[in-house]
Amino acid sequence: MSPEPRPARRVPLARHDTARRVTVTSPRTAAARRPRYPATREIDEQTHLGEVYMRSLLRTQFRLALFVCTVLACVVGGLPLLFLAIPELREVDLLGIPLPWAVLAGLIYPAFVVGAWLYVRQAERNERHFADLVERP
Amino acid sequence: MSLTAVVVVVVAAVLIGAFGIRFSRTTSDFYVASRSVSPLWNASAIGGEYLSAASFLGVAGLILSFGADMLWLPVGWTGGYLVLLVLVSAPLRRSGAYTLPDFAEARLESMTVRRTASVLVVLIGWLYLMPQFQSAGLVLRTVTGAPVWVGGLLVAAVVAVNVLSGGMRSITFVQAFQYWLKLTALAVPLVFLLMAWRADGAPAVSAADAATWQVPLAGGKEYGLYSTYSLILATFLGTMGLPHVLVRFYTNPDGRAARRTTLVVLSLLGAFYLLPALYGWLGRMYVPDLAGTDAVVLSLPERMVGGTLGDLLTALVTAGAFAAFLSTSSGLTVSVAGVIAQDLLKGSVRSFRAATLMAVAVPLALALWARALPVADVVGLAFAVAASSFCPLLVLGIWWRRLSTTGALAGLFVGGGLASAAVLATITGGPWDGLAGALLAQPAAWTVPIAFAVMVAVSFLTPHRVPAGVARTMVRLHTPEDLDLDRGDWRPRSS
Repeated sequence: MSPEPRPARRVPLARHDTARRVTVTSPRTAAARRPRYPATREIDEQTHLGEVYMRSLLRTQFRLALFVCTVLACVVGGLPLLFLAIPELREVDLLGIPLPWAVLAGLIYPAFVVGAWLYVRQAERNERHFADLVERP
Repeated sequence: MSLTAVVVVVVAAVLIGAFGIRFSRTTSDFYVASRSVSPLWNASAIGGEYLSAASFLGVAGLILSFGADMLWLPVGWTGGYLVLLVLVSAPLRRSGAYTLPDFAEARLESMTVRRTASVLVVLIGWLYLMPQFQSAGLVLRTVTGAPVWVGGLLVAAVVAVNVLSGGMRSITFVQAFQYWLKLTALAVPLVFLLMAWRADGAPAVSAADAATWQVPLAGGKEYGLYSTYSLILATFLGTMGLPHVLVRFYTNPDGRAARRTTLVVLSLLGAFYLLPALYGWLGRMYVPDLAGTDAVVLSLPERMVGGTLGDLLTALVTAGAFAAFLSTSSGLTVSVAGVIAQDLLKGSVRSFRAATLMAVAVPLALALWARALPVADVVGLAFAVAASSFCPLLVLGIWWRRLSTTGALAGLFVGGGLASAAVLATITGGPWDGLAGALLAQPAAWTVPIAFAVMVAVSFLTPHRVPAGVARTMVRLHTPEDLDLDRGDWRPRSS
């Protein structure tokens, strides 16, 4: 909301009979828009709006979880297939260690930790976003 | 010297249990602990309880025997925490549930589902305890030559005394210490083993092993690809359903801390599981005669280093192994005994004592009577049962509003029942041949999808059995605690 009330700029509308209408603006648009209840109360009373808030939170968090699980499934599920489909990969050496061992007995663990860290960061961000949404005055 | 190490660990455990800080394991203790325990300590405690004989001894033994395909086992046991983190950890902590039956009751508002979950917790707990006792017998035989039943009986007795006296287990710091003891007990000898290996001219595995043993899916094992995938599924999805893991999440002050703790658990387990693969690999070169047993970790220091130093290192790994048996068995016994006393008996102090004896005696009898399978294989079966029963219950319960009481019950019965039947066939009969053998030895790949499908399908057929308070429960499970919201007034009945 801009602090100063501005003169209304009329946007010409397509229909001719709207030409007589006058846009009324008020500096107190924020007051006019404030809901009767805070969103937390909508959730507590399980109103339709409260349900919408809850569904949006669940959907965001579930999408994030599903994304991580899909990436995990592709990596973990793909590795045996990869070793099966391209047998040469099994013979490759990484710093003197056979590639399957370097991946499965070493590199995959830090990868798990990095994935988990990114997830935690995003999940907490989603929750902050939700808190901002429902606690907005 | 190794015998001394066993005696020291056992006596220390008994002393802590009998004369140490006498905290009983009550809900309020965990509340109290939650104010002072940092995620690192809490994660160490989870790691200390989670790393069992299967991780300490079994993984290296299986890698020595079967090669690269077995590397998936520790990967799955660690990756399971990633799945647990993203799907379960924060909502589970926020549910306020203290055990899996608590969660089932809170979410589905049904005592029938709660009791079914209790029976499954007991089954999974027994299945997990049995190989701990078997391994204890094996370790004691390796060290002293005593008959196998002695070690199992020793660990079972110490655990029972400890749990009955109400000590040790509930103290987060003791469990946290166990993690660091186990890590040290594997890492320090490994340094000396690698030095001995370098002094030996840093040999590689034999040409034959380099062609098959070292290569994934080349061991000529029948249905190797199926077994690998089934193992991956069981371990990644089974972790969240283990009875002794969940209770530790209660020690976190809130859902956010539960997530951060899980992140630290992943790091700690990742660090630990770098070690068993190296033991298996060294073992393949220096003690190939130990294929098919779980003794490689215990025997390597003596064979490769020898002398007084070898004895000292053997004593250290033996102490670590016994710490592994005692901490995991204690955690499991308390969880199983709590559930038996609470849900299947009357719930008094006397019934907790009876429940403790039942929790220990049944797996001990199984350990003495069932055929000796590799410890990590049997623990893998426990994961398969957990993945086919509690994983669908938790995932659908947390994320799907339309899960009905009847659907959950049907899924638990079908998934848990099929997986348990396969496990029973594998442990008592077998080894079975061909496709049937592979399906029974690694049931998760077919039982987990069936369990999910049954739960979803039956829930669709019984929409009128969706719990009435599901909307409130979802608020409780998913909203951050600092928001001022009505989360219902459900409280766990466990104490």
